[in-house]
Amino acid sequence: MALTTDPRTDRASAPAPPSRRGGAFQGALASRFLGYAILIFFSLVFLYPFVIQIANSFKTEPDAAANSLSPVPQPFTADSMVRIFEGTAFPTWLGNSLLVTVIVTLSRVLLDSMAGYALSRLRFRGRGLLFAGIIALMAVPPVVLLIPKFLVLNQLGIYNSYAALIVPIMADAAGVFIMKQFFDSVPASVEEAARLDGAGVFRTFWSVVLPMARPALITLTILSFQGSWNEFPHTVVAVQDPALFTLPRGVADLVSGSLGAGTQYPLKLGVALLATIPVAIIFVVFQRYFVRGATEGAERG
Amino acid sequence: MTTTSAPRMSKGIRGNERSAGWLFVAPVVLILGLFMLLPILMAVWVSLTAWNGQGSPFTTGVPFVGGDNYTRLFAVDNLARLNFMTSLRNNAYYVLFVVPLQTALALGLALVVNNRLLKGRDFFRTAFYFPSVTSSVAISVVFLFMFANVGAINEILAFLGIRGPQWFSDPRGVVHLFLDRIGVVDINTPPAALAEHGVLSLTWWDWTSGPSVAMCAIIALVVWTTSGTFMLMFLAALQNLPVQLDEAGMIDGANRWQRFRYVTLPQLRPTLFLVITLGLIGTWQVFDQIYVMSQGNPAKTTLTPAYLSYRTAFRDFDYGSGAAISFVLFLLIVLLALAQRWLMRDRDRPRRFRGRA
Repeated sequence: MALTTDPRTDRASAPAPPSRRGGAFQGALASRFLGYAILIFFSLVFLYPFVIQIANSFKTEPDAAANSLSPVPQPFTADSMVRIFEGTAFPTWLGNSLLVTVIVTLSRVLLDSMAGYALSRLRFRGRGLLFAGIIALMAVPPVVLLIPKFLVLNQLGIYNSYAALIVPIMADAAGVFIMKQFFDSVPASVEEAARLDGAGVFRTFWSVVLPMARPALITLTILSFQGSWNEFPHTVVAVQDPALFTLPRGVADLVSGSLGAGTQYPLKLGVALLATIPVAIIFVVFQRYFVRGATEGAERG
Repeated sequence: MTTTSAPRMSKGIRGNERSAGWLFVAPVVLILGLFMLLPILMAVWVSLTAWNGQGSPFTTGVPFVGGDNYTRLFAVDNLARLNFMTSLRNNAYYVLFVVPLQTALALGLALVVNNRLLKGRDFFRTAFYFPSVTSSVAISVVFLFMFANVGAINEILAFLGIRGPQWFSDPRGVVHLFLDRIGVVDINTPPAALAEHGVLSLTWWDWTSGPSVAMCAIIALVVWTTSGTFMLMFLAALQNLPVQLDEAGMIDGANRWQRFRYVTLPQLRPTLFLVITLGLIGTWQVFDQIYVMSQGNPAKTTLTPAYLSYRTAFRDFDYGSGAAISFVLFLLIVLLALAQRWLMRDRDRPRRFRGRA
């Protein structure tokens, strides 16, 4: 990527120097033009695959094979959509995905914020050690846990069940960390007042602390939603019965060969498209919370 | 902890905090303990056995093999070592390409998006970040289609007058292809000196292949998906930089490249460090894309340790070996993170600083 080391892309070049000499002005103009050129080129690179995905979902198979780049289906057909709903287990996967996502998101928001609150505010023995443990768990590569998780699920006798699909991901270390950081950053005075008025710890948490924590809770909700909706490796080691597949697992299974003859790309792209839409909508609506979630990581380091 | 010894309040307020504290963390401790900590301990045991998936691995009937599952990966010339070494080679080339590319692309995009004179920066930021939030499985399907033999990529290449390869069925390494192209070697008859000798089950010729053409498609996908997230990190850092330093550089007559190289880049060091570390940790875990796009094919050139450990356990029912591969991978990731930390710390003087991993 020679572009990135190109001095002309340096943002420092952008602010026009105080002097209004012609050369500097032209330089700023040229750099602005170049900036737009780069941005537009990369927008195409980053967004056109989605255009291809949408367009080809509504093409006939020969059309998709012959003109995959074209953004216009000729002829337009919703055939693959019909086949997705009638010829695949898509409705089952969708139902499972919704179930898993709703339960996991609700539980992560509640459990992570409770733990984050306790680690930030409540004084109890072992708190420091516990927090260190949470940090350590965040550093464990998830992929390394695949076989180990299967062993536990198998040993507990819940392998290949909804419990296996849901319970292990009902809390996550990163969520606890985000909530603890949040509670560390807000003053305790309001809740102290509530406590002085005689409210118990849980009551204070529920009716004073949680309403105050709204921004952090939204971030956590969105991260949990996105994480559990897209979760794939966990489903691979938790279930094997197709009736328990979530969307990512179902799509992966469909693509890696259960579909039978032909490439059937319009259908595959269509399923993938349907699996992407919910997160895409949430992303567009709650963009700034996504951004916050992503940069939260940067402050960790 | 942050709030150490605040003045003791009356007992009524602080008194029940001890039990409440544990009550509040109990669900999380239970779940993480049961499904993260306990599994690791169980897997340590299983990696020392030859459990085949039948019944419980914690009964007396399961053969205990000690460190055999580990030594087979390194010491004995057999299929297990051949597969493992192949997967290490594949993943190493993958890391070598993905980490610098995604870091450079992320930094470059962040610099452009940060330009205050450009309009619509929010839109561009969103566009670049969007691929990062989508499902890895769904996006793998899209790239599978784009890199198909008659797919979008080959269509573009044909437009440019290049005949595109059959991406996912082409096991040839790009280093070999390059050497073949410039006439150093013939890819069909590799030099005997390299092809007849080797180390750790692979010939020198195999070791020096570079990523296969198929792997390049996966590299493209991953760089494309992850750059957006890292761009946001660079962007957050850039927005916190003081403008005065850059202006001082301008007054001193430094050109754009010099200001970037000696003013901006040194200030971005912590972020650069973070991005490279996260990149290194993430790239050694590539699994989803392999599972969906190639299952390790063609000719094992997209086999990675993570996928191999899964395949060994769940397809070949050799859970002991699979777990052993997981732990070696775990150790590798930890060592890399530590080594990188040490290297970057050692380079504290800005003069010697390089913007690459």
